[in-house]
Amino acid sequence: MTTPEPPAPSPLSSPLLSVRGLGVRFRMRGGRHVAAVTDAGFDLAAGECLALVGESGCGKSVLASALLGLLPGNAQTTGSALLAARGPAGEVDLLTADERTLARTVRGRRVGLVPQSPAAHLTPVRTVRSQLAEVLRELTGVRGPALAKAVEAAAARTAYPSDHLDRYPHELSGGLAQRAATALALIGDAPLLLADEPTTGLDRELVDRTADELRRHTDDGRALLMITHDLAAAQRIADRVAVMYAGRIVELADADSFFGGDGPRHPYARGLLDALPEREFTAIPGTPPELGDLPDGCAFAARCPRATDICATLPVLTPGHGSSVACHHAEERVDA
Amino acid sequence: MLELLGITAGYEPGAPVVRGASVTVAPGESVGLLGPSGCGKSTLARVAALLHRPDAGTVTIDGTRATGWRHRAPKARRTAIGVVFQQPRLAADPRLRLTDLIAEPLRAGGRRAEVTGRVGELARTVGLTDDLLGRRPHEVSDGQLQRACLARALVLRPRWLVCDEMTAMLDASTTAALVTVVEEYRRAEGAGLLAVGHDRVLLERWCDRTVRWTEIAEAV
Repeated sequence: MTTPEPPAPSPLSSPLLSVRGLGVRFRMRGGRHVAAVTDAGFDLAAGECLALVGESGCGKSVLASALLGLLPGNAQTTGSALLAARGPAGEVDLLTADERTLARTVRGRRVGLVPQSPAAHLTPVRTVRSQLAEVLRELTGVRGPALAKAVEAAAARTAYPSDHLDRYPHELSGGLAQRAATALALIGDAPLLLADEPTTGLDRELVDRTADELRRHTDDGRALLMITHDLAAAQRIADRVAVMYAGRIVELADADSFFGGDGPRHPYARGLLDALPEREFTAIPGTPPELGDLPDGCAFAARCPRATDICATLPVLTPGHGSSVACHHAEERVDA
Repeated sequence: MLELLGITAGYEPGAPVVRGASVTVAPGESVGLLGPSGCGKSTLARVAALLHRPDAGTVTIDGTRATGWRHRAPKARRTAIGVVFQQPRLAADPRLRLTDLIAEPLRAGGRRAEVTGRVGELARTVGLTDDLLGRRPHEVSDGQLQRACLARALVLRPRWLVCDEMTAMLDASTTAALVTVVEEYRRAEGAGLLAVGHDRVLLERWCDRTVRWTEIAEAV
């Protein structure tokens, strides 16, 4: 048996995932609608890590669920999320593909999910070995004696210790559970990895290790979309950062200039960064608006120190110096 | 003073998860206790909050040695300590609206008359709107629910606060907001704080002093 080679890196010019005008609305009782994601757009290339950051409840995880076709029945999506063709697999729109296509050819095979709280994601009544073996059988068709070797190889890819393979999920520490879940996500050699809050609840050392491992898998030529509220983890591994507020992407910037250098240009992104204990440690005043009751204009205006009358009209995401910003009062950059 | 001396505690006989741990918090002082996942720091926090009976060692609160834990602790002792846990979902009765969640300690203590005034005041302090106060836990985010849990911990004006990974599930802005609420309360009431966590940067910024788990406890 042969373990498939990781996908070869492709030039950064052709995106692996191209999201345009993605919107998700939930139909509620009484005909109300909750707009969880509105007009989100970004490209993601192989070998690149995009961190999607924002406060809890801003729509980050809904976006991830939309890309995996895992939204509940009362959700309506608009826009497109094209996963580029690769080898025999053709281009697919993740938002419109039917369940059969998603289940048989996409989830686990073309899009791997590194879950939030891995200990809850693993099946509690089966050992890690048995779960790895099941996924290997399903995704690669390995059978018989070769399977045992494949299990060890799959575990080794995330440095999961082979003497812990016969343990049940509740016998694992948070870090080992995270590695087991990541190993499962990597088995299908999916070119796109989606990590939903992979570091929540882990201690700092483990956050760093998990982030470094995800970075390594990205450097192997995968594209990584990391959804997180942990700015330190995002800083550690991201190439680009997308800041989400009230369902919209308000800033899309290179990680280097966002975290270092010039810093963010959107006042919300600036506030989020300044809230870190190693910076100002001051909160953004107020709380995010309800997604079912968004204002017509800028959703951040009510909390924004720079808001003026013009903020009653919706700002559009406009490309500028090194980053795209949706703000009437974005910090200006002078080209050096 | 809140004094924990030689605490050994665990959940099964003969298998303690904390051994010989000692930590002291002076009135008005904030102490950060730093330790990695699974070291037993949450168990020690529960002992300090009189929620878990230790196998050995003593807890002394304001000069009086604690003898009862959980419902066996005298009311005056129990209400002197406010606790905030890591996971607000597991710490909130899903049937209660946030306003009732915050008011529960007052009602349980026979102080219903104070409910209206105190809940309104605290809701403003922690940043909860009237709309949010009328909702149940499943209708709010983790951050909003943790705001309510912090308000509940402050509602009886405790002299001591125990925060066990209060902000581990929260984003940077909510973290800074809740820490600010705790610090303003402590300035106003002179309360002492034991903050347990694994985020060194956060605890060193937040607390007067931080101690490491290995400095205050024996290896298990």
